[in-house]
Amino acid sequence: MMMTKPMKKIFFILIVLLVSPLAQAKLEIQIIQGNASALPIAVIPMQWRSSDPRPLTGVAEVVSSDLYRSGLFDPLDEQDMVDRPVDAESVRFGTWRLLKVDYLVIGHVKDAPGNTGYEIVYQLIDVHTQEALLSQITTVGLGDLRFGAHRVADAIYEKLTGVAGAFSTRIAYISSTGEGKELNYQLFVADADGFNPQAVVGSPEPLLSPSWSPDGQRLAYVSFEKGNSAIYVQNVSTGQRELVSSGKGINGAPAFSPDGRFMAMTLSSSGNPEIYVRELATGQKRQLTQHWAIDTEASWSPDSQWIYFTSDRGGKPQIYRVATSGGKPTRVTLEGDYNARSSISPDGTRIAMAHGRGNEYRIAVLDTDTGRMRILTPGVLDESPSFAPNGSMILYATREGPRGVLSAVSVDGNVRQRLILTEGDVREPAWSPVIR
Amino acid sequence: MNTTWRFLLALVITVAISACKTTEPVTDTTDPGTTDTKPATDVTTSAAPDPRDYTSNRAAENFDNPESLLSKRVIYFDFDKSEVRSEYRAIVAAHAAYVSSHGSARVTLEGHADERGTREYNLGLGERRGNAVSGLFSAAGAMGSQLDTVSYGEERPVCRVSDDSCWSQNRRVEIVYTAR
Repeated sequence: MMMTKPMKKIFFILIVLLVSPLAQAKLEIQIIQGNASALPIAVIPMQWRSSDPRPLTGVAEVVSSDLYRSGLFDPLDEQDMVDRPVDAESVRFGTWRLLKVDYLVIGHVKDAPGNTGYEIVYQLIDVHTQEALLSQITTVGLGDLRFGAHRVADAIYEKLTGVAGAFSTRIAYISSTGEGKELNYQLFVADADGFNPQAVVGSPEPLLSPSWSPDGQRLAYVSFEKGNSAIYVQNVSTGQRELVSSGKGINGAPAFSPDGRFMAMTLSSSGNPEIYVRELATGQKRQLTQHWAIDTEASWSPDSQWIYFTSDRGGKPQIYRVATSGGKPTRVTLEGDYNARSSISPDGTRIAMAHGRGNEYRIAVLDTDTGRMRILTPGVLDESPSFAPNGSMILYATREGPRGVLSAVSVDGNVRQRLILTEGDVREPAWSPVIR
Repeated sequence: MNTTWRFLLALVITVAISACKTTEPVTDTTDPGTTDTKPATDVTTSAAPDPRDYTSNRAAENFDNPESLLSKRVIYFDFDKSEVRSEYRAIVAAHAAYVSSHGSARVTLEGHADERGTREYNLGLGERRGNAVSGLFSAAGAMGSQLDTVSYGEERPVCRVSDDSCWSQNRRVEIVYTAR
């Protein structure tokens, strides 16, 4: 599993982290379990044709790391690249066939017209047919070169796997640092590869349950800054925020509807936790569940027809669903002692959840067509699954000793990667929608 | 039994309880109720009020008296359960007696859960525990306006090791006086 090449890769990533000027709260990435059938690809360092100083981390390195992290690609190490063509004419295909490389990415970076940013001009070439599968120009703003590289990786991933890439998306998560009176909670937003972490809000009181708006512009979350739980919605880029709910009891588990007009949430003003749906423009709310049990952790089906939630109305926590229009909830999970916090795949065919047995909690996925439940992670305290917007992977929280870390697992369970915040106790990841 | 002997016995029991509590609350099988049943008026020769005085205008002094149940303000629970176990009923009863006899007293019942399971479900569980204690206060005559319940779920553990002894310390309701 862990062979020399991945080790080299990890070392490489660590070096990148060490020399990066943004060495504050960084995520290391490790592939814990790989995929033997990964596609061999070489992303050749791109020629820098801009008058600006060359960035520390090149576009090709970012693309290479993205593809590697997906587990579906096996990028060639830069030091093994005996040839570095920058245009299709100078590619010596025999060399690449000898290196057992199936695909090549070549290109250059130049200034965009009017010095407003950069253009990444690149081609994806099939070594065997010698044809260009992609020939594109990706234009990005001045500070967005990494983002541009993620978009290049998205395009390559989509071309070769048939599934849209999710590298140019973001992740939100909660981190706590310090002990006792020094304890500090922060809500972070970072690129999907863990770079560029930015604190959206900080508080000495607990923060939890970040949830993205469908346009990726806002985050809903729960904060205890006023002493009791309250739901806020905050614009990620402007920082502007709004208090949405701070009634008596619990104000928790916010979840935007797929059209962004409504928010499902848990309120216990009636005496125990129930699911409500609130229209954000008017503030009007509708109670969706009515039961003495704990009903919480609502998540919407992608077609907005159903709300899945956790309830212990049967004695132990299980996933139920109720029509968004109302009615009698029906139980969804039939296996296991503890099933909670569902995340629905973008195509609606899979439900990821925290699945508990004894003292072990793992991420499991229920196939809604076959009813088959599959356990994807080794545990022992795995929770908070969040589907990637392309449905390919699930981000989740796990533990390493006393500290919380983030991991991602492919939906087939074959590829697992760990993202570790170098500082703090990290939990509750939420993968953003595709930001257009 | 003479007075000195009785005093020493009470002291031994109190020490045993507090020693037990700091290490392992779950195995705290000594019923605090047994100390409650003994008449103790004859111990009260000094200026301090009787440790079993929860209702007089001097009862507040007992919050800092380790011999009084009022000094114990944490109730522990079983996994995924919210019933107040019998060994903690005497503590809750003492505080409920205090609150119902002191109209200006205000109490927040802070409910907590251990780290197992999901965070939002644990918020619900913490609230359910807080409500269970709150219900006993109400039954003893405390006014609704004197009581508040806040759930912190698993967000504020007192112990951070992933094992049974730690989890049992985190599954709790803290009785917090905002006014005495």
